[in-house]
Amino acid sequence: MSDATSTGAGPRPRRGFLAALEIDTRLLGMIGAFFVICLVFNVWTEGRFLTPRNIFNLTIQTVSVAIMATGMVFVIVTRHIDLSVGALLATCSAVMAMTQTEILPNALGLGFGHPLIPWVTILAGIATGVIIGAFHGYLIGYLAIPAFIVTLGGLLVWRNVAWFLTRGQTIGPLDETFQTLGGINGTLGETGSWILGGLAALAAIWGLWSVRRNKVRHEFPVKPVWAEVTLAAIVVAAILGFVATLNAYEIPERRLAQMFEARGEVMPEGLTVGYGVPFSVLLLIAIATAMTIVAQKTRLGRYIFAAGGNPDAAELSGIDTRLLTVKVFAIVGALCALSAVVASARLTFHSNDIGTLDELRVIAAAVIGGTALAGGVGTIYGAILGALIMQSLQSGMAMVGVDAPYQNIVVGVVLVVAVLVDIIYRRRTGDRI
Amino acid sequence: MTIDRSGTPLVEMRDMVKSFGGIHAVDHVTVNLYPGEVVGILGHNGAGKSVLMKMLSGAIQRDAGEIIVKGQSAQINNPRDARRYRIETIYQYLALADNLDAAANLFLGRELVTPLGLVDDAQMEAETRKIMKRLNPNFRRYTAPVKALSGGQRQSVAIARAVYFNAEILIMDEPTAALGVEETRMVAELIDELKRQGIGIFLIDHDIHQVKALCDRASVMKNGQLVGTVDVHRATEDDLLGMIIAGKNPEHLAA
Ligand SMILES: Nc1ncnc2c1ncn2[C@@H]1O[C@H](COP(=O)(O)OP(=O)(O)OP(=O)(O)O)[C@@H](O)[C@H]1O
Ligand SMILES: [Mg+2]
Repeated sequence: MSDATSTGAGPRPRRGFLAALEIDTRLLGMIGAFFVICLVFNVWTEGRFLTPRNIFNLTIQTVSVAIMATGMVFVIVTRHIDLSVGALLATCSAVMAMTQTEILPNALGLGFGHPLIPWVTILAGIATGVIIGAFHGYLIGYLAIPAFIVTLGGLLVWRNVAWFLTRGQTIGPLDETFQTLGGINGTLGETGSWILGGLAALAAIWGLWSVRRNKVRHEFPVKPVWAEVTLAAIVVAAILGFVATLNAYEIPERRLAQMFEARGEVMPEGLTVGYGVPFSVLLLIAIATAMTIVAQKTRLGRYIFAAGGNPDAAELSGIDTRLLTVKVFAIVGALCALSAVVASARLTFHSNDIGTLDELRVIAAAVIGGTALAGGVGTIYGAILGALIMQSLQSGMAMVGVDAPYQNIVVGVVLVVAVLVDIIYRRRTGDRI
Repeated sequence: MTIDRSGTPLVEMRDMVKSFGGIHAVDHVTVNLYPGEVVGILGHNGAGKSVLMKMLSGAIQRDAGEIIVKGQSAQINNPRDARRYRIETIYQYLALADNLDAAANLFLGRELVTPLGLVDDAQMEAETRKIMKRLNPNFRRYTAPVKALSGGQRQSVAIARAVYFNAEILIMDEPTAALGVEETRMVAELIDELKRQGIGIFLIDHDIHQVKALCDRASVMKNGQLVGTVDVHRATEDDLLGMIIAGKNPEHLAA
């Protein structure tokens, strides 16, 4: 690139509104695409798409794929691929189903409904995911078998290991507490959600402020104050709007009456209670935050991106890229286990075909979210937004009555077009493809 | 400037051997380097120059031979070991991660961290600005990924990395191969500057003019073997070319 394009050389030219906010244009593009999809379906369904109820459902349907997609970002950034996440989810789900319905209550004699069961189960699931993921990483990193092959084999192996573990049967119902992690069966309620929203808004403001303070301390250029304030306002509005929407979805009267009955109380006349933020969404937010911190603020994340950008440079800088591969796949394994918790809890049972084709949804989410298959580029929030876009398309089409085969055709076409648009965008900006 | 070669060398590689299958890439080669000295490593393509230097930087493990750093036998089995002996390398093909910015590259593998153990990007950027101001005052692009930089700017980042971590022994494998005239001049100035600071430099270079201008001695390799080491100030370009092409060692110039 010629020096004429250097930013910061000489006096800064006056910049536009969006440029001053310093928001990634790709992120804006994705948000724009998401809004367009929502609006189109909302018109098409005569206003049924953007109801609190549908937004609530859309959110909980996205969680499982979104959790795995955050891990897929690391995999693709390091120039690998993981085709086994759906099958791994199934194996973790099978292990957890057997743990909570057979091993702990019967074999270990805890009995059903013991308070330890859900937590021990989840730990067993995560351990399973981490061990299998690390094993994949070992085969890829140390034995140099291409990730495509290892995980393609893994897809066949783990899908059927899951089958063996449950002898092909549907296992359920799952533990009641465990089920609260599925979505609608466990939410924070209105007050809890507002508290969460308030804390999240404060955290966002604090985050923006501390970045700015840090820059000022080192005398780096900072955004104008109005841009900073605008950005904070947008973020806070988005957080609170999201909470308000989930709170606006009210628990049906009959269900509410049952809940009061179960506690031996009488439901006051005319009471309405909103669901609020589901625990599964809370889990996704926690994972997204943790993964973003790992990606941007830890050595591990720095090495993941360095190894993806230039594996030789990473190696020559003393980074153990083989161990790094093991870590990346172990992280994906853990995330598959957490996805398995959410997916099986949402169904309230373990079924044989759980997670089928999820590998494709997860890869598509990461790629639509701007992760470059050439490696070195990708964001966690992008992958989550990618998952949300995919799910919106699918749900929207189902709502307007598009047949399943057509839905898949559309999703397939959208994936390819999204990548094409991304390639054109990157060419324009001189990024790697 | 004359180099004092009476004391112990900064580094000495004795009888180095490395084979790949049947190929003797480096075949019993001995070279050494004194403080403030630039030693050219010359030879045809495939002569074994890069392999010899990679054994010093820890990127390749030697089959036999001894590396002696300031009189002490050194165990160098990987790039981390080499860094402990203050050996830094600037590679033939720019060893930078394209997708990261200058500071992330400069500190790659040695990130500064906050008390919480998180990488301290602001501090690293500040340090990078300081060192770049010294080495390449025109450098401005601190927040761009290095793929957006010119070859010379990128090479100055690689050199800044070596300088920042107080390299005593610097290996430069064709540092100007990818650069234009102006950028090559900038790198040459940097080499002179580092030399004045007492850093020893092994310089692999195909450009005989540049070797004449920058190096004090030159060790010439051919087919993995050492042809000889000569005093560059006394050798003519024809002497050097004769060594490289015909493998003939002018005894009277030995150094
Ligand atoms: N990793 C490797 N595996 C196998 N053979 C190698 C490897 N690295 C180098 N060689 C071989 O060793 C010999 C010396 O290579 P080297 O890279 O040292 O050459 P060079 O002198 O640096 O050449 P150039 O001027 O082209 O950079 C060559 O025959 C090369 O093919
Ligand atoms: Mg070479």
